[in-house]
Formats: sequence, structure tokens, C-alpha cells
Amino acid sequence: MTLRNRWRKTLSYVMLSLTGVCAVIAVATLFLILGYLVYNGWRSIDWNFFTQLSKPAGEAGGGMLNAIVGSLQIILLAVAIGLPVGFMAGVYLSEFGGQTFAFLVRYMADLLNGVPSIVIGIFAYAVVVVPMHGNSALAGGVALSLILIPITARSTEQFMTSVPQTLREGALALGASKWKTIATVVVPAAHRGIATGMILGVARIAGETAPLLFTSGSSDNMNGLHQPTASLPVMIYLRAMSADPEWHRQAWAAGMVLLLLVLFANIAARLILSRGIAVQK
Amino acid sequence: MAISAAVSAPPPTGARALLLRLRNGDEVARLITLAFASIILAVTVGLVYQLWSTCALPRHKFGFGFLTSSEWNPVTGQFGAWPFIYGTVVTSVIALIVAVPLGLGAAIFLAELAPPRISSAFTFFIELLAAVPSVIYGLLAMFTLVPIMREYVEPFLQKTLGFLPIFQGTISGYGYLTAGVILAIMTLPFIISISREALLEVPTEQREAALALGATRWESTWQAVVPYARLGIFGSVFLGLARALGETMAVTMVIGNDHKVHESLFALGYTIAAIIANEFSEATADMHVQSLIFLGLVLFLLTIVINALARLLIIATTRRGSS
Repeated sequence: MTLRNRWRKTLSYVMLSLTGVCAVIAVATLFLILGYLVYNGWRSIDWNFFTQLSKPAGEAGGGMLNAIVGSLQIILLAVAIGLPVGFMAGVYLSEFGGQTFAFLVRYMADLLNGVPSIVIGIFAYAVVVVPMHGNSALAGGVALSLILIPITARSTEQFMTSVPQTLREGALALGASKWKTIATVVVPAAHRGIATGMILGVARIAGETAPLLFTSGSSDNMNGLHQPTASLPVMIYLRAMSADPEWHRQAWAAGMVLLLLVLFANIAARLILSRGIAVQK
Repeated sequence: MAISAAVSAPPPTGARALLLRLRNGDEVARLITLAFASIILAVTVGLVYQLWSTCALPRHKFGFGFLTSSEWNPVTGQFGAWPFIYGTVVTSVIALIVAVPLGLGAAIFLAELAPPRISSAFTFFIELLAAVPSVIYGLLAMFTLVPIMREYVEPFLQKTLGFLPIFQGTISGYGYLTAGVILAIMTLPFIISISREALLEVPTEQREAALALGATRWESTWQAVVPYARLGIFGSVFLGLARALGETMAVTMVIGNDHKVHESLFALGYTIAAIIANEFSEATADMHVQSLIFLGLVLFLLTIVINALARLLIIATTRRGSS
């Protein structure tokens, strides 16, 4: 073997090993994050976290009941607005869309999807907070629904277009009208995919912080939908940025709860999808 | 189609036609879904209009000078975006410098080398990494990355490369470099998963041809496979870049919040998203609020341009791959 060939072989070996190292680093990051967060969160979490309201700065103790309930309120609002709109728009794009208008809607959905979430927050501030003269869970819900709509629309469209044309033709040949075909054949055939897309979308908005900072704001109490409302992500941010070690402890606990919820939703969504898609491409 | 057209009577016209069409459920369903689809259109157009119309004050007062001025002073009413644009671009570039080689390496491993089972398990974990909320990256960065940068990485860089102006100055652990590193970790999953898909689209013949000519495994990968998938890889980089530009929470928590432009990467800085997050709810003067919205508009335009580029590149590769 000549020197040059030996060099080429060594180089190949070294570079390919390096790519393996890169992959291991990327995956190790996840386990480091998860491990460190659970380690710190587990030491910090206690029963009060789930049962008590948060306390103002300077007072000891307190939990995050208000933030947990607030997050639920905001997410439910976003789901109530975002999922139906996104789903129906997805049905339009997949089943009724013509050339130009569907293209335009698709383009706008992708554009909206790429908008930084803080900019969505500014928009929700302008259209909800300003007219209502104050922060509210409603404004936070609207902000998050604007993130959820394009995600749901595009994933619904994607899974519905992958339903084979022959299934539709079968139903139409039996005399079903188009909307009946969609409602009884196409949507059921794609339901796993649609559900997966929706769960992933909700998991995504559950962790969003930036659009909530100046829409839902924060509060130490449990309030109605038209009043400032605490949420877990905003609480993590405020607690982490403070100088109080006790508050840092609460941030770790909240971080662990939020991360586990989001990862759980993601894993569940993927399991639903991998348990067998009803439709093969 | 041809048969039904032949047997049906000539189509009715005018108001009667509309009524007939509405009696048919399909037309109603179409109109309902159309209405929901229009909401997406209305929201996007409304967003752009709202941003544009509510930043009229600074647009008229400063014009394009807003983008180049470095003065940001709510007391005197002088607002300029340059330090924030600079911070956004610098942190994103650092993110790409770290994430692109690492991400491309990992994607090559997952697409070319790893057995399918390992590849799909790793991809699963990497995609979970993309789902971690940004405030959690920020929390971890504040308490782990900042001390590591302060104690080890930044002193090391100063000792070895300290002759460069970008590695001089005081070390605090916060600042451009730390923000760039956390952004790198956050963009990595996007770069890996999309590059991997682009690499998987490359036809096997491409590899076989290179190997048959006597290329080593690495030469075939680097000279035959990667160039073939280059558009998709660039697409993934642009997608990562768009995400890094608009990223708010993690950066806000470690950037250090300083309204000036600094040469040193160890210095405290600011990004567009971070200043909006910090000052928007406290701003009271109209000029201040509208200048922040103007910054939001700049960020919006920046990310749509980058996103559009990314999408074009990704579409270009998947088309060619499937044809």
C-alpha cells in the first residue's frame, strides 16, 4: 500500500469517526438537559408547588398553583380558537383548494409559521390588550392560537392529501356527496396523523413564553379570563431572572414540570403515529 | 365527467343557479372551509398592516436612519436600531459557526453510517430536543452555561486567541458569545434533521459510482453525496438561521442587556427580540413603544426573507430527489 493510499484510508476513518462524535454530542445534549433539569427540579419540588399560590417578592414559601391553572386557561383558550380554525383551513387546502387562493393561503400560513413568536405577541397586544386596557388570559390565548392555527392547518392538509385518491373515488362512486366523503372517509382515514399534528402543535404553544410576556402578563392570584394571568413559562422566566435563590428553586421545579409535560406530549404524539398510520403513501 | 355533462340539462344561470348550488351540501362545505382558510389570510395581512401602521412615529422621524443609528435613549427620545441588529446578527452567526459543522457531521453519521435502528433512535431524541421550550434552554443556560463560559471557555479563548480584538475585554460569562452558543444548541436539531433528510434523498448510484472509482467511504460521502444534497443542507442552515434570529427567551436571559455595540464577543449586548421582551411592557412614551414595534417589523422582515430562501432551497432538493 502506498503512503498516499494509507493517508486516504486514515483520513476516511478519522472523518467518519468524527461524524459519529458529532451525533453523540447532539444526543448527549438532550440527556444532559433532561438529567440536570430533573436533578434540580426534583430537589426543589414539593407539595406546596401544586397547592399554593405564588407569593410576592420577599415573602417566603408559596407555590405555583396560579401559574398551573393560568397556563391551563390560556392553552384551553388557544386550543378552542386555534384547532377548529386550523383544522377547517387544512380541510379547505387539501380538499377544496383551487389554484390561486389555496396557494395564497398556504403561503400565508407558512409565513405566519415563520414569524418570531415575540412579533405575534406584539400583534396580540395591539388587537386585544390595547382595546381591553390591560393584560388578560384572553390576550394570551389569542396570541398562542395565532401560533397554533398555521401549524394545525399545514399538518391537517399534509395528512389529508396523503389519503389515496382511490378511497375518495370509492365513496363518490357509491353516491356519497363530496362533503360526506370527506367527513366519513378522508378524515377518519387520516385521523391519526391529524391528531399527531394537533398534539405537537399544543405541545409547542405550551412552552411559548415570549408572546405571553405582555399579553397575559403575570399575577399572584387566580383570576378570570379578562384579568392578568400567570403561566408556567412566564413564571420560570421571572423566577430565574430574580436574585433570590428560593425563587431559583421554584424556577427549577416549574422547568421540570413544563419540560416533562412537553416531552410527554411529544412522545405520545409520535407513538400515536407510529402505531400504524391508517394510510400508506 | 363527460357522461354527466351529456345527460344534464343546460346549467341554470343567475340567482337560481346560486340557490341550487347552495342546496347542494358540497357548496356549503366549501364556503365554510373557505371562510376558515380566509382567517389565516386575514390574520397574516392584519399582522403586517398592524406592525406597519403602529410604527408611524419613528418611521417618519428617523426613516432609514433608524437602522443605522446607535443611539437608544428613551429619556431624550432618540432611537436607533443598530446595536440590536448587530447583536442579532452576531449571535446568529456564532450559532451557525458552531452548529453547522456539528449538525452536518451528525447528519452524515445518521444518514450514511449508522445502522437504521440507531439512526432512527438518535433522530427521535434529536427531534425531542427541538421540542424543548426556549425558556428552559434559558434557565439551563443561566445556571450552567454561563459559569462554564466564565470559568473555562472564555479564559481559554482569551489566553490562546487573545490577540484578536473579538476575544479581548472583561469576562462575565454573559454576552454575545454565550447567547451564540445557546442558540447553536437550539438550532442544532433543525440542521441535523433536515440535512439528514436531504442526504437520504441522494440516490444510491451516486455512492456506488464513487466507490466503484476507488474512492474511500469518506471521499464518496464528501465528494459525491454531500454536494448532491447541498441545496437541502443550505436550506436547513437558513431555517436554523431564521429560528436563531427570532429566538427570544434564551437569548434575553444570557445576553446581558447592554444598549451599545461592542467589538468583543465577551461583552454584554442586546438583540432585537430581547429588547422587545424587556422594554415593551415598561415603555410608556409613544415614541418608545412605536420604536420597539418598528424593531419588531425589522425582525419580521428579516425572518421572512431568510425563511423564504430556506423553503425555496428545500423544495428545490426534494423535487430533484424525487424526479
